[in-house]
Order: sequence, then structure tokens, then C-alpha cells
Amino acid sequence: MKYLHSVTLVTDKCHGCTHCLDFCPTEAIRVRGGKAQINPDRCIDCGECIRVCKNKAKKSVYDKLDLLSKYKFKIALPAPALYGQFDNLDDLDCVIDGLYSMGFDYVFEVARAAEIVSEYTRRYLKREDVPRPVISSACPVILRLISLMFPSLADHVIPVMSPMETAAIYARREAKRLHPELTDDDIGVCFISPCPAKVSYVKNNPTNRRPLIDAVVSMKEIYFKLISCMTREPDHEHVSRSGVVGLSWATSGGESAAIFNEKYLAADGIDNVIQVLEQIENNALPNLEFVELNSCPGGCVGGVMTVANPFIAKARIQGLRRYLPVTRNFAGDRDSTEVPEEFIIHTELKKRRIGTFSPDEKLTLQQMTEIEALSEQLPQLDCGVCGAPTCHAFAEDVIRGNASLSGCIVCSFLSNDEEDVK
Amino acid sequence: MADVLKLHFDVDGDDFTSAGEASADVKKRLRLMGCDPEIIRRVSIAMYEGEINMVIHAGGGVADVSVYSDKIEIVLEDKGPGIPDIALAMSEGFSTAPDTVRSLGFGAGMGLPNMKRYTDVLHIDSKVGEGTKVTMIVNT
Repeated sequence: MKYLHSVTLVTDKCHGCTHCLDFCPTEAIRVRGGKAQINPDRCIDCGECIRVCKNKAKKSVYDKLDLLSKYKFKIALPAPALYGQFDNLDDLDCVIDGLYSMGFDYVFEVARAAEIVSEYTRRYLKREDVPRPVISSACPVILRLISLMFPSLADHVIPVMSPMETAAIYARREAKRLHPELTDDDIGVCFISPCPAKVSYVKNNPTNRRPLIDAVVSMKEIYFKLISCMTREPDHEHVSRSGVVGLSWATSGGESAAIFNEKYLAADGIDNVIQVLEQIENNALPNLEFVELNSCPGGCVGGVMTVANPFIAKARIQGLRRYLPVTRNFAGDRDSTEVPEEFIIHTELKKRRIGTFSPDEKLTLQQMTEIEALSEQLPQLDCGVCGAPTCHAFAEDVIRGNASLSGCIVCSFLSNDEEDVK
Repeated sequence: MADVLKLHFDVDGDDFTSAGEASADVKKRLRLMGCDPEIIRRVSIAMYEGEINMVIHAGGGVADVSVYSDKIEIVLEDKGPGIPDIALAMSEGFSTAPDTVRSLGFGAGMGLPNMKRYTDVLHIDSKVGEGTKVTMIVNT
């Protein structure tokens, strides 16, 4: 099955400026005929191109709220990063009340589920039969990156569901408890997302089951509607049930802090993440128990579908965490040391969860030799004018038959120059 | 019909932070060729350790990688101080790395043992005062 993406190009707005080429971590973009093209086999939906495009020609595709109208009972799952988007917010209840006022029938904070995932992570880390370091499964970009570039590390990824999925399970269960007449198909679950990667993850349903989540909307998109529904004086009943641990998942290092063990590494920003994965693959980081990786700078608050600057959002969340209990949510089976079946993803990461390199991408030894030979003759300026991010990538395109050598204007210019000298 | 891919790298001895670049480059190409992930991992660990060794002990050197249809050969050559007792150097935990390097987390005495562990052939030619040539083969 084809992998569905949520990072796309708005052709009309693209000037073919080649700026995005330099930032794509998997070299998935080429400029052809004056427009960028994204290779779906290589795109990991990290959103770097959205972040850097000066003409706003890259965008995230996400669901509209209207999609939920067909469901009898609508559930909102706000990501922890949502709390960092509002100026002068002093009570999490304002956000939750706002979501109810917008028309949701039930709100389950993803931060709550994150606390349960943290508990399962601590249990999983007690197992001695799993490869170290254990890598977080929360950021879908990282899952796809590992599948495409670091497949040998696939079995390091914790098979526990992400907070988003865990929240969906809890929310559905709670909805049915409150309204026993509801069936699974009556309930529409909507995740309020900071990034397009979560949209893709849900669209490419990694489990064999009915999708847990029915719609993924953008924080940016619902922002103004939500803010107009938020009141300064929330109802007296306290509705938020998140603790410090859950809220902290919004920023890099939050998930790691909750493993209560100092042998962790938390990296954010896609380039840092790639460097760390290279080092793990080289066995150069021994003695690490847990690795938290976030594709976006600062963690989820840095997602391209957020409103606030990630550092401002982070500061706000620090303020909101004050006086909250450390954790307010616990797994149902508190004395167990196992992770319940329901929250385990069994499907093999590299095969089903995030897709793999298409077999068409695979190069033969002969082709690779030709690429190296051609690459050596190129100017090594990595100027991008040919439409490829580097001279080496251009050589690859030429040998694959996707580009013509005449696309290198520096080569043509230099050879004309030589003729002039003669 | 070319039946071998040859890659050459100069490993800069002056810049500690660039150590590991050559092995990352090799890894990238093996990935493009759809090489088995476990083979890629073994090649990258062995080559990374070798690269680090050249930077720590020999002030850099050259790395030549040949990819054949059935094996990958890595040759690392330097003009460093040489290894006086190869058997001793091969033992786990033995290290002559200076404290400055150890403080960065390197020099634990696992370099050569790891290179042996992750390759099918490890051959070391070394003359004290002249340099060291390490040949490693990973069968694919």
C-alpha cells in the first residue's frame, strides 16, 4: 500500500528557488521544471520544508472539524503542546472548557495518557531482554526515519503506543462507560495536533484494528475558534487531570525526565536526531537506557502546526506546571510489571508502521560505481541549480535516468570557458 | 561491468569532531544500495572505531573502502607511532589513549576488540615508528 503523506507542495506558490533542498534531511526534494517535487518514498513528514519555504509553497494537509459532524459523540484529544499556545493562560481548565464550548462532547487530555505511557515505559525499561538504549516511539517522524535510514535500530523502539493512541483508547472507553448505548462507530475521536507527522501516522493506520482516531486537526486551524470559546473564568469544577509529567511531554526532555533514571538522552531538531542515531548505530553511546528523540526544535512545541514560538510555549508550560502534582494518572493495574497487551504495537515496526524504502530506490553495485565516478567530475559546489541538493545526489539522479547531465550549468559554463581559452 | 565500488577518504587528524564522517558516508552509500541493515551496522561500527583510532593515536590517515558483490573491505592506513604489541592491544580494556581523549568518552580499550568482533577478517600490519595498516573484511 502506498504511504500517504501530509506534507505537500502548493505548486502555484513554488518559485523553484531550491532553498528547501538544503534542509530536507532525507534528500527527498528535487526541483524539476521550476517546481519542487517531493519523493513520497523518502519523505518522512518532518515539515522542515514547511518551516523554511519563503513562499509558503509547502503545507500540511489535515482534517477539517466538519469531518466530525457525522459522529454522534465527538471527543477531543488536545496534545500537551496546546497549553503553551495561549498568552496569560493560568488554568488548564480554560482550554478544556473552551473545547467543550466548541461542541465537543468529551475531552481527554493527551497529557494524561502521557503519564500512563511514562509508567509503561518505566516497566518496559525493567526488562533485561530488550536492546539498549530503548528509543521512544512518540514522534512519528523518528519512526519513519529509523525505518528508512537506521533499520538496524528498529528493535530498539519501544513497542508501547504513543500518548495520542493511548488517550484514544481511554477516551473511547470512558465515553462508552458514560453512554453505554454508544457503539464504536458512533464515536468520533479528534486529535488536536502540533505537526503534520501525526496526521500521516493516523492516515496510514499502523495497527490492524479499526482506527482509534478519526480526525487530526491542526492547532493553527482551530486556534481562533477555540480562543473565542475560552472564558477567563472556568467552571468551578476542576476538569484538567494532568500532572507535571504529562505537561512536560510537550517539550524536549519531558518524556525522559519521567523515566526517573538519569541514564537518558533527549535530542531535538532533525539534524541532532540523525547525529544521535548515527552514534547509537556505531555503538558509540554505551550505558544509555533511554533515548527520547523529537524531530522538531524544542520538542512538540516546535511543530509546524503550532501558533507560538517554541521557546515562548515552553516558558508558558513551565509556568502552568507549577503547583501541579507530579503525576495524576496511573495505569489500571498498578502492581503489574508488564505492559498490557492492549497498549502494545505488535506489528513489526519496519514493515507496517511507517513504510520502507521502495525497491525501485535500490541501486546496484554497478550504478553506485557510476555515480561515484560521475560525482567526482562534478564541481562539488552543491549549488542546487540543477535541482538536486548536492552534486552527489545529482549524479545519482543522472545515473537513475531522472536528470540529464546538461542540468549542471556550472559544468557547461566551465567547458565553454575552456573552449574560449583555446 | 564494474564489480567493485571504491571509496577513498582522508581522515583528518587535527579535527577530533570530524571523526566518524567517513564511516557515515560509507553507511549512506550502503543504504542506497539496499544493503542488509545488520551488515551496514557491522561495517559502520568497525570503521568508526578504526577512524577514531587513527585520529586519537596517529594524527589521522586514509581510509579505502571496496564494496564487492560478496564482501566489503575496509583498509585504514596511517603514519602514526605503530603498535608495539598487537596481542596486548587486542585485549579488551587495554588503552594507551591520553586522559584528554578519555574525558570525551573515548579510549575505553574497546576499539580493536570491537573491530574484531564485528568483522569476519581483521588483519593488522604495524611497524613501530612507521605506521599501521588495518584491513577488515565483512562478508555480505
